[in-house]
Amino acid sequence: MDPSIMLFLAQDGITNGAIYTILALALVMVFAVTRIIFIPQGEFLAWGALSMATVEAGHVPGTLWVLLLAGGLVFVLDLWSQRQRRDHRALLRSAGWNVAYPLVLAGLLSLLPLAALPQAVQALLVMLVVVPLGPMLYRLAFQPLAEASVLVLLIVAVSIHFLLVGVGLLIFGPEGSRTQPFSEAQLELGSLLVGGHTLVVMAASLLLIGGLYLFFGRSLYGKALRATAVNRNGARLMGISPALAGRLTFLLAALIGVMAGLMFAPLSTVYYDSGFLVGLKGFVAAIIGGLGSYPLAAGGALLVGLLESFSSFWASAFKDVLVFTLILPVLMARSILSHGVEDDE
Amino acid sequence: MSGAPVSSTSSRPAGRGVSWGLLRPQTLLVLFLLAVLLAPLVLSDFTVTLLNYVGLSALVALGLVLLTGIGGLTSFGQAAFVGLGAYTTAVLTAGTDLPPALAMLAGSPWLALLIGLLLTSVVAIVLGSVTLRLSGHYLPLGTMAWGISLYFLFGTTEMLGGHSGLSGIPPLELFGFPLTESRHYYYVVWLVVLVAVLTSRNLLDSREGRAIRALKGGRVMAEAMGIDTGRARMIIFVIAALHACTAGWLYAHLQRFVNPTPFGLHIGIEYLFMAVVGGAGHVWGALLGAGVITLLKQWLQDILPRLFGSAGNYEVIVFGLLMVLMLQRARDGLWPLLARLVPVRQEVKRIDPQAAPLPRKDQPPHGEVILQAREVTRRFGGLVANNAMSLEVRAGEILALIGPNGAGKSTMFNQLSGVDTPTSGEILFRGRAIAGLGARRIAALGMSRTFQHVKVLPRMSVLENVALGAHRRGQRGVLSAAWRLERAEEARLLRDAAAQVERVGLGEVMHDEAGSLALGQQRLLEIARALCSDPCLLLLDEPAAGLRLKEKQALAALLTRLRAEGMAVLLVEHDMDFVMGLVDRVVVMEFGQKIAEGLPEDIQSNPAVLEAYLGGVDA
Repeated sequence: MDPSIMLFLAQDGITNGAIYTILALALVMVFAVTRIIFIPQGEFLAWGALSMATVEAGHVPGTLWVLLLAGGLVFVLDLWSQRQRRDHRALLRSAGWNVAYPLVLAGLLSLLPLAALPQAVQALLVMLVVVPLGPMLYRLAFQPLAEASVLVLLIVAVSIHFLLVGVGLLIFGPEGSRTQPFSEAQLELGSLLVGGHTLVVMAASLLLIGGLYLFFGRSLYGKALRATAVNRNGARLMGISPALAGRLTFLLAALIGVMAGLMFAPLSTVYYDSGFLVGLKGFVAAIIGGLGSYPLAAGGALLVGLLESFSSFWASAFKDVLVFTLILPVLMARSILSHGVEDDE
Repeated sequence: MSGAPVSSTSSRPAGRGVSWGLLRPQTLLVLFLLAVLLAPLVLSDFTVTLLNYVGLSALVALGLVLLTGIGGLTSFGQAAFVGLGAYTTAVLTAGTDLPPALAMLAGSPWLALLIGLLLTSVVAIVLGSVTLRLSGHYLPLGTMAWGISLYFLFGTTEMLGGHSGLSGIPPLELFGFPLTESRHYYYVVWLVVLVAVLTSRNLLDSREGRAIRALKGGRVMAEAMGIDTGRARMIIFVIAALHACTAGWLYAHLQRFVNPTPFGLHIGIEYLFMAVVGGAGHVWGALLGAGVITLLKQWLQDILPRLFGSAGNYEVIVFGLLMVLMLQRARDGLWPLLARLVPVRQEVKRIDPQAAPLPRKDQPPHGEVILQAREVTRRFGGLVANNAMSLEVRAGEILALIGPNGAGKSTMFNQLSGVDTPTSGEILFRGRAIAGLGARRIAALGMSRTFQHVKVLPRMSVLENVALGAHRRGQRGVLSAAWRLERAEEARLLRDAAAQVERVGLGEVMHDEAGSLALGQQRLLEIARALCSDPCLLLLDEPAAGLRLKEKQALAALLTRLRAEGMAVLLVEHDMDFVMGLVDRVVVMEFGQKIAEGLPEDIQSNPAVLEAYLGGVDA
């Protein structure tokens, strides 16, 4: 292997690793705040990517219909849960976010000349459509089960993954899509050609990580989420609603998932069920960090990306076997380090 | 309360928890067997084939019931074990150009089954030793990872035919008669399923089964009762894998062709869905869940593509929705809902008064020092919870450890019983250093305990809870339990457990669920369970809390009797009336240190103790 191939593989690995990093961060965050192991993260990636491809082709993405339907369901559920004692302001807010917002967005999408819009506006529209599905999903599937055990929540998460994959097939069809890269520029660094899209991915990931850092470190909402992660009941006693914390977390997770999808789709063809494998790789990274440490998870993500790109050179058939077997020595190390017996929930 | 004779009741007059149904469980079982036997004679070919697949899935789901519903370990990777079984037999019976070592074993499906089970055990033990010690959610995530790894491995290994798979697998033969017709194969599949159901039920209703049932939510208690919970986890993990492997072997000879698709992660998840939908806590739930999901899938694959106008796995939408609704509304699955509709008489455990009593350990002579703590110190970071604590307990003596809240009594208690390890200092039990030995080994030496926050298994009967204490007094393993070869030993264990239940005065509620008892009764249950392990030292953590006056008097009488028999008792208690009238000596703690030790009457007038409890007397 000559140095230029090696540099090329490293660049490839780091680009993918950056995407796994933000996915891993989202997984760690969701688990810390809600104790949910967020398997459907990958579906947000796929839906973001495929919605972008639809918009690029000038069509209204099918995710809009999902948004309208999910919003309607959330509103009905809110209405039903308040049948005893109506809180009119809360209902009005629910109607605004869950009914009016999707309708306005639908109007906007049907009027705009989607294919002709600048790429950044297209990406923004995709985010406006797909990201609100995160909090809606939390409201519909997880909020009624907020006190359940980690295992029950995990099985729900897996069920949601099934559901979303099926819906994805319904709205996007079985064909895969690849979107336009955000930058066609080529940068020459010595013997290495760095693709513009690679730089966009790196910059966006770093921005996102910085943004999350500021959000959790400085903003009141970020601190509320951290408090919920440390102690749910304590946070509730301090006036932080666990339901709000859950929806906010899912909003962030969906945002990260969609952004990852927008960055991923120009690198490789995305199908309705591609998200799962990509998401699981984020998981391997998150588990390397013990589902608790952000820096370790990021390191794990880079490791996964590099392992993947180098093994695709040496033993491409066994690429995925290698990536997913990586988890075993990690778990083994954790198993040796952990001791004693504790009661599971 | 006095040493009543062992109860020989096999059924009880009307009382709590007994439903007087019309049907005996045996009647239902016979009806079900008849239905299974006659089904292929009346049903269409298509339906019989479908039932074959239901049986195969039920076998895998049954393993998951043991693993997930009863043992509390979730696995998404069972399909990979199915694949191991299927591919082993495919390679050995249909593979070409086998390496010489394998060629020797090739040809016979029955030999291939044996080799498959062996291989699966090895793989399961390796995977299990890596993941099973981790608690909670790591195991399911780990199962996803290796589930996917094995799936990709099936697809990329050349000897296994890659993604196109292996064909030409011969049919099974019975006495030279090839089972090519699905009607004939049906009987093989369902015989295996029924044997698996029967052996699983037998296993759960045994000494090893009680240990398995204690895994979910009672591991700390189980270890204190001498149960090796790590081993119990491994046992159910391997059993579940072997069920899956057998299903794979049957599948390969039914299909006569294998490729990687049916062994992927998503099929593994579907198996888990079956267990959850059917009712993961119930052996029959596996059959119900496998039936519901398989038939529903068939039906949905028929109608959904027509509805949506294109082909695809749209049934996953319905499965996903169904699962979310089930978990939100009926988390225990369909079986309990169904069981409620059928009036079945509850059968109560039979206790054989003729069973030989269990052998007992030699009790140490009266007055011998049994437990000795020397300068035990426990630090949590900067906090010194116990500072140079020393105490002794002798055979035939009741020692009370008292002190205000936060004095460090519970920390001391945990170190003595092996739940926690001292930072420095020594603990000797019958002359042996036990610090850091772990609760299970300490229990084996003859120390038993109760818990301040009672730890009983609410869904198990009082008798079975108490029998957990006798775990170490039996030896028979999983296989003999599955085939009921350990009934003589089981009868002896239950007889002893029943005697302890009577001894603490719970004979009336022996067959009720432990969760239905009042708190005070649950404390008595814990004492019976501790006694069932034949200890020479009892550690009781606030045994009188929550007891009514009569119950307290009865408990005091019991402890007095135990003392007379030579038992050593160490108790932590807040109820001073109870303590002062009963115990021989008292040790008082405050701020992690011993501030006084002596006879009850001396302690009651000790100024340091009064200061600690009342905040000074000469104010």
